Amino acid sequence: MISLAGRDILHSWSKFVLTGIGLGLLIGVTLTMAGVYRGMVDDARALLNNSGADLWVVQQDTQGPYAESSSLRDDAVRSVLGLPGVARAANVTYLTMQVRRTSVSGVAPAGSGDDDVRAMVVGFEPGQPGEPGYLVAGRQITRSHYEAVADVRTGFTLGERIRIRRHDYTVVGLTRRMVSSGGDPMVFIPLKDAQEAQFLKDNDAIVNERARTAANPSLNRPGVPGLLEAIQASQANNRNVNAILVQVQPGIDAEAVAEPVRRWKHLEAFTREQMEEILVAKLIATSARQIGMFLVILAIVSAAIVAFIIYTMTLGKIREIAVLKLIGTRNRTIAGMILQQALGLGLIGFVVGKVAATFWAPIFPKYVLLEPGDAVRGLVAVVVICALASTLAIRVALKVDPAAAIGG
Amino acid sequence: MKASSIRSRRLALIGLGILLVAAMTYVVMRSGPLAPTRVTVVQAAEGQLTPQLFGIGTVEARRSYLIGPTTAGRVRTVVVDVGDTVKAGQPLAEMDPVDLDERTAALDASVARAGSAMAAAEAQRRDALARRELAAVNARRYVELGRQNFISTGAVEARLQEQASADALVTAAEANLAAARQDQQRLAAERAGLRQQRANVRLLAPADGVVTSRDAEPGSTVVAGQAVLRVIEPSSLWVKVRLDQARSGGLAVGLPAQIVLRSNPGRPLPGKVARVEALSDSVTEERVAQIGFDQVPAGLSVGELAEVTLSLPPTAKAVLLPSAAIKRRQAQTGVWVIDAGTLRFAPVRIGQASLDGQVQVLNGVQPGTTVVVHSEKEIVEHSRIAVVDALAGRRP
Repeated sequence: MISLAGRDILHSWSKFVLTGIGLGLLIGVTLTMAGVYRGMVDDARALLNNSGADLWVVQQDTQGPYAESSSLRDDAVRSVLGLPGVARAANVTYLTMQVRRTSVSGVAPAGSGDDDVRAMVVGFEPGQPGEPGYLVAGRQITRSHYEAVADVRTGFTLGERIRIRRHDYTVVGLTRRMVSSGGDPMVFIPLKDAQEAQFLKDNDAIVNERARTAANPSLNRPGVPGLLEAIQASQANNRNVNAILVQVQPGIDAEAVAEPVRRWKHLEAFTREQMEEILVAKLIATSARQIGMFLVILAIVSAAIVAFIIYTMTLGKIREIAVLKLIGTRNRTIAGMILQQALGLGLIGFVVGKVAATFWAPIFPKYVLLEPGDAVRGLVAVVVICALASTLAIRVALKVDPAAAIGG
Repeated sequence: MKASSIRSRRLALIGLGILLVAAMTYVVMRSGPLAPTRVTVVQAAEGQLTPQLFGIGTVEARRSYLIGPTTAGRVRTVVVDVGDTVKAGQPLAEMDPVDLDERTAALDASVARAGSAMAAAEAQRRDALARRELAAVNARRYVELGRQNFISTGAVEARLQEQASADALVTAAEANLAAARQDQQRLAAERAGLRQQRANVRLLAPADGVVTSRDAEPGSTVVAGQAVLRVIEPSSLWVKVRLDQARSGGLAVGLPAQIVLRSNPGRPLPGKVARVEALSDSVTEERVAQIGFDQVPAGLSVGELAEVTLSLPPTAKAVLLPSAAIKRRQAQTGVWVIDAGTLRFAPVRIGQASLDGQVQVLNGVQPGTTVVVHSEKEIVEHSRIAVVDALAGRRP
């Protein structure tokens, strides 16, 4: 027995293949949109994973450091380290800013004069929680100042000099998938430099501030030499950090450590679950819903288009079906032909879509996460939609009058 | 439709199908959970490393002088300006002496007057001596006459009393003279003191140096101890460097140093650790050391930022690994070792590290072991890995 569907496809194979590819690109877009949504959520999770913390200690009554701004003194970490159950704790600062590229160790940067990259500058203590867990090139920071590890997404290369505020930093290592909740790549620099970058003002502001202090008669008294200098020195430094990352000892519940921090240290502490809740449910909620909404609409539109394509393809063959009926082909054979064609089209579309999405996903500026689960769900959805659409087409095909083959 | 045409179309379609299946297979293997994590590896090798310490500091003067008055007053003149080279003892500024000159003149007059008083006392003494001589002669004569009973006893006693009075007058005149002399000494000392005060309002250079700041102008009032000028000795410039406590092991006097000034980052200057402060900063968790230049460069400015790299003596031979290979899992420090194609986390104890990212591994890894350095993502025991040459960028 010959395959009617195969014969029909062979008859108009270019039309079939082109339709399949077109369908595939549409499915690819839908899969990509799902990937964009997943990537967004994953960015938020990556931020938590990369910090390597079980507990975030932040300023009281804030939901920092990611969702709100939080600042606490950098010696608070010592009292946290003394709490029972704490294995390691370290200060960390976060600052999203434009990082400028200066030059590649003497050589002018290729094709770029003074471009800047949006990045989240992380101040961390080497060897402590918060340091990048793995590198894809180069080494970890060894000097206590003026070295940086950057995410490859920043486009920086090893040995490149980048400028953060007033200091130049050498990129000594590259890492991957270290992003802020907004998807900005991270640049890791030593904590002391980061504190300075975050809280120190530019030179003009410092000079103006000095002049302002000097003009204040109560701070610049003639009879008290040294007072003005002391005040100005105290204005120029800042010993704040944004959060303390805490790792608890194995087998100890993070909440058991968080509770005394909240109660006795007068700081806020979040466990990993609470932090994820803050990030996913609060911080990226609106933008994630925005993408999610778009994904839903795109999925519906794609489903409709797939259904219409299969329906119109069958309608286009109505005369041939009438001839088949005229020569006495059984209804089941005709229905099978249409169903097979629809499923074939769907499968080709899915494969093309998946391949296309995989190839263009890395080009996106932000992370696109194509989850295998999404692909499986997509495959099932495509097959179901094709089957449903083909039933519509089959109904029309079965109702066709064999006489139409002759009369037209 | 010809059979051959159908066959060729069928072949084309089958080809297309194979292409799609191949692409799909490639996609499934390249991404998703089946894809291996790409890593780079290194063979652990024995070697020596030169640990280095790195810190930043500012250029400071070892000897700097704040020159100001010892009493409150008004500045009269300032004769040097910032940047001037001064010699030891050179007058730099003068405070307003107010009435010091007049008081000196008054004391001069007092001293002269004391001299006159002393002359008067001397004359009085001589007068008293003459009187005593006369009284003694008279008394001797009267006593002689009294013994021969020429005169009454009362007359003799009167002469004797006269002699005693004359003696007392001499003593008084001598005391007066001593008092006048002491008075003159006192006034002379007071005048010397005043002259010293007068000299003290002149501010002199305590040593050879360069004026670095001029803090008060003529006419301004300063309190005792407030600086009018600041002078440093340019030959005593050194770098006060701050080193992270965690990375300051081995810091000692005499270590060779490389100093990179912010004004000239391309030319490192040689130096040596001149002093290690016993007090470390507990707030910034930094140790403080002073680095002397082998040769102080010209045009060095105080307060300039400098990066200092200190070289420690080379370590003993040990297994060396790149710092990127060292991972921390919970409380454990270790490396990922590839053993016959399987991954194993080997806890290690690490020793010293060099600034170029080499770490001494004291135990846990044998030489020749294959160790994962870079990886695309965090790896765990059952990760599938693919070893590649480089993941991104240039090798350092």
